[in-house]
Amino acid sequence: MGILEVKNVGKRFGGLQALGDVNLSVAENSVHAIIGPNGAGKSTLLNCLVGKLIPDTGSVMFDGQSVLGRKPYEINQMGISRVFQTPEIFSDLSVMENMMIPCFAKRDGAFELNAISTVGSQRDMIEKAEHMLEDMNMADKREMHAGSLSRGDKRRLEIGMCLSQEPRLLLLDEPTAGMARADTNNTIDLLKQISDERDITIAIIEHDMHVVFSLAERITVLAQGTPLVEDTPDNIKGNPKVREAYLGETQDAA
Amino acid sequence: MGLTKKDFTLLIIVACLALFAPFILNPFPEGSAMAQFNAGYPDLMQRLVIFGIFAIGFNILFGLTGYLSFGHAAFLGVGSYAAIWMMKLLTMNVIPAIIISVLVAGLFSLLVGWISLRRSGIYFSILTLAFAQMSYALAYSVLTPITGGETGLQPKYTDPRILDGALAPGETPRANLFGLDMKSSFQVSAGDWIFTFNAGYYVAAVIMLIAFYLSIRIFRSPFGMMLRAVKSNQQRLNYTGLNAKPYTLAAFVISGMYAGLAGGLLVAMDTQVGAERMFWTASGEVVLMTILGGAGTLIGPVLGAGFIKYFENIISKINKSILEQWFAFMPDGIEDLLITLVYPFIGKGWHLTLGILFMLVVIFLPGGLVEGGQRVARLFKRKKPSDDTPDGKTTPAE
Amino acid sequence: MDAIILQILNGLDKGSAYALIALGLTLIFGTLGVVNFAHGALFMIGAFCAVTLSRILTLSHTVVDETKTDFLGNPLKVDVPYIYDIFGQTTGDAIIDWAVPISILFAIPVMVAIGFIMERGLIKHFYKRPHADQILVTFGLAIVLQEIIKYFYGANPIPTPAPDAFRGSFDFGAMLGFDPNTIIYPYWRLVYFAFSALIIGAVFAFLQFTTFGMVVRAGMADRETVGLLGINIDKRFTIMFGIAAAVAGLAGVMYAPINSPNYHMGMDFLVLSFVVVVVGGMGSLSGAVLAGFLLGILESFASMAIVLETLPGINQIIIYLVAIIILLTRPRGLMGRKGVMEE
Repeated sequence: MGILEVKNVGKRFGGLQALGDVNLSVAENSVHAIIGPNGAGKSTLLNCLVGKLIPDTGSVMFDGQSVLGRKPYEINQMGISRVFQTPEIFSDLSVMENMMIPCFAKRDGAFELNAISTVGSQRDMIEKAEHMLEDMNMADKREMHAGSLSRGDKRRLEIGMCLSQEPRLLLLDEPTAGMARADTNNTIDLLKQISDERDITIAIIEHDMHVVFSLAERITVLAQGTPLVEDTPDNIKGNPKVREAYLGETQDAA
Repeated sequence: MGLTKKDFTLLIIVACLALFAPFILNPFPEGSAMAQFNAGYPDLMQRLVIFGIFAIGFNILFGLTGYLSFGHAAFLGVGSYAAIWMMKLLTMNVIPAIIISVLVAGLFSLLVGWISLRRSGIYFSILTLAFAQMSYALAYSVLTPITGGETGLQPKYTDPRILDGALAPGETPRANLFGLDMKSSFQVSAGDWIFTFNAGYYVAAVIMLIAFYLSIRIFRSPFGMMLRAVKSNQQRLNYTGLNAKPYTLAAFVISGMYAGLAGGLLVAMDTQVGAERMFWTASGEVVLMTILGGAGTLIGPVLGAGFIKYFENIISKINKSILEQWFAFMPDGIEDLLITLVYPFIGKGWHLTLGILFMLVVIFLPGGLVEGGQRVARLFKRKKPSDDTPDGKTTPAE
Repeated sequence: MDAIILQILNGLDKGSAYALIALGLTLIFGTLGVVNFAHGALFMIGAFCAVTLSRILTLSHTVVDETKTDFLGNPLKVDVPYIYDIFGQTTGDAIIDWAVPISILFAIPVMVAIGFIMERGLIKHFYKRPHADQILVTFGLAIVLQEIIKYFYGANPIPTPAPDAFRGSFDFGAMLGFDPNTIIYPYWRLVYFAFSALIIGAVFAFLQFTTFGMVVRAGMADRETVGLLGINIDKRFTIMFGIAAAVAGLAGVMYAPINSPNYHMGMDFLVLSFVVVVVGGMGSLSGAVLAGFLLGILESFASMAIVLETLPGINQIIIYLVAIIILLTRPRGLMGRKGVMEE
């Protein structure tokens, strides 16, 4: 029984069957990649996991509880954090504030009218955020405007924000899309380190085969809204069906 | 007081300004040509601080969350009506009136906010506008028994007022604070200068300082940080396990209570209320004050409110003969030309000046007077490169 | 029955004005993505075009009329409009009488020019700014425009009569077989309704059948793609802004005889027109027109004595009430498109 169990999930947009009959099981503390050509339904699946979309059929269970019908913030409070394709951070706030907000969300829940005590007096929250900034190698940037960070730093910040909530499942949506090779490698190293050092399950949607094969322990190949095959990276590489359906087309990307 | 040194200094500066306003606003000796531009009389000073409170509250909503309400005058009006009924039914003491105005406005804003905040952006602005116009229309028509309709309401000697002793027929009830008449003042003259110290003004000023202090605490609190996060990126907020709705609703209600407080204080000062206080141009005015001063900054709304109310008073007073005096030293042709050019902007043309000023601020200086001040300060700083430290801080400027 | 017809008719003229202003607002919002708080001011300026033209037409010079004498026995001095000198007295009188309809010709170039200046000089710098900034700057502009009008024309309403031929009323009741004098309707309001219908029809036909209109509609749906096709969208949008300004202006010109123009009439109509746009659905032209008429008629029904007896004051708030209910139940409005003004 995995920490995330997707059973018979289907989603239709008008005449388009975006997801057919998806079954997926992500084992606890593993790194699981979901790959597939464009339009295979990767993003739709992800959106069904975080509450942005509600599937027409099937069930999504996280740690034995259904996530269907819950709002994104409720699902997040259950322990699922999401990293977006383009980094979603609070651009108008400082790096430090960005890091503190998820700390508060973890401690105080979805809403807390904490209007009189100052942020500066919350020593435990400050320490936690500072610690996370150090882990992300961003301690020197703590007072910077988050919007003025480089793309790579924004990505690190976003991942750090997600981690400071101590999620049990981290979902990453093409975390290296649009990145230069050096930044991509840094991100791979960071994610490896996270998965080695923490009690965390990582599910990653990715186009870049280099990233997928460097990180994943299990890979699910999605094609036309249904899972084609699920296996270890080595077996996926050798699988002729996958080569035909997917890898052949994207040799240039890999 | 739980403030950083910088914030504490700011609070002290505002406190000093408020405390010494009777001096600061009366720079010209009595009887001089410029005396008409003195603003140190009670009525104007009261309005300066009361609209300051209104704008401080509006800024908690607009400045922090970015939700632009076009209906905040409704809460001010509701607060005023609540206060006047307290004076009619209970006592002329201003304390119960002020408390009830905050509570009633808070409840009303809870209702309006609960509905309006289901939408965002322009829809939110129009919903709040619709609510305010509805309140205004109702106050003028159906609710006349409660609001006095067009004539408005005033305490009368015939009111029941259960806590106060009966008044003699014809006697005007006077608002007071445990016996201290709000309208009582004493004057100090120093040479040609006359300074007026008014009880009502100081009551309002003290309340304004408390309101300002609370707003600093809110800005610096985790709650305030969340509100800025709402403005910055709601998507990220949702995916960080935070529910934006109660945060914005709380901000809406707090700012509604500030508006109610301002409404109650207006009644405490002049013991009257009319529905025009709720008209949507009044809502527009508080938007103007906040933007002009600097939305999202602590001191901005206070500056904006002071600036607008002060210049409204001064510029409305300038008339053609004053202009003629000013330009008298110039050759006739140029004098006439200047008078013709300036005349549309003074006296009754104050709104034109205000509109132009407002456009200029939105176009060139979206951060308002505060940003303007910072730019000027930076200009001076650049001359001393040693002080020029890179400053990426994003805590709201003061 | 007759009462119902009367209320529908009564709602038509206000509804027409709402529909025309809302149509312009939607054109601007749909094409330029800008929320224009100064649109009511354009309506008001239109009404003052009518005022201005009737003033120009009655500009007079004084002549001595030898045939008449005043009470002292001196020859009488009379003011003679210049227009008499050009066209003679009969034609001159007719022209003055028809000042309001003639103002249409005068108002079109004026309004289009104002629209161009507004768009090129101000609005275009705000395309990329947040909606709140657009609201604020156009709000400021609205104040400036109305204060300028107030400076030149004063604060009091200026009566601007319709031509003599339309000044009377029309007994609809008799025509439809009811008792005479049950449904009395002023001619000019009929004219106003017909005129609005014409303008609305013209705008729709223009968007539907001309290549220009097709490009604009495509731009409303997807601005970037059309831009990629190498079509100069910006220029077309400027023209669209001019057209929207002209529509608002014409609505104002013809409204002058119904309500004497004053400087704040634009603001009064603007607030309601925004509500109309929201009810109709942001970005939907037909929704704006439909909602305009619907709310105008609803408002006039709410002012019926029998309704007011049971629900006092409902006529004052009905439009806002409907807007709140619509927004809460159908957030996109009656005919709103998906994805317009949503997060």
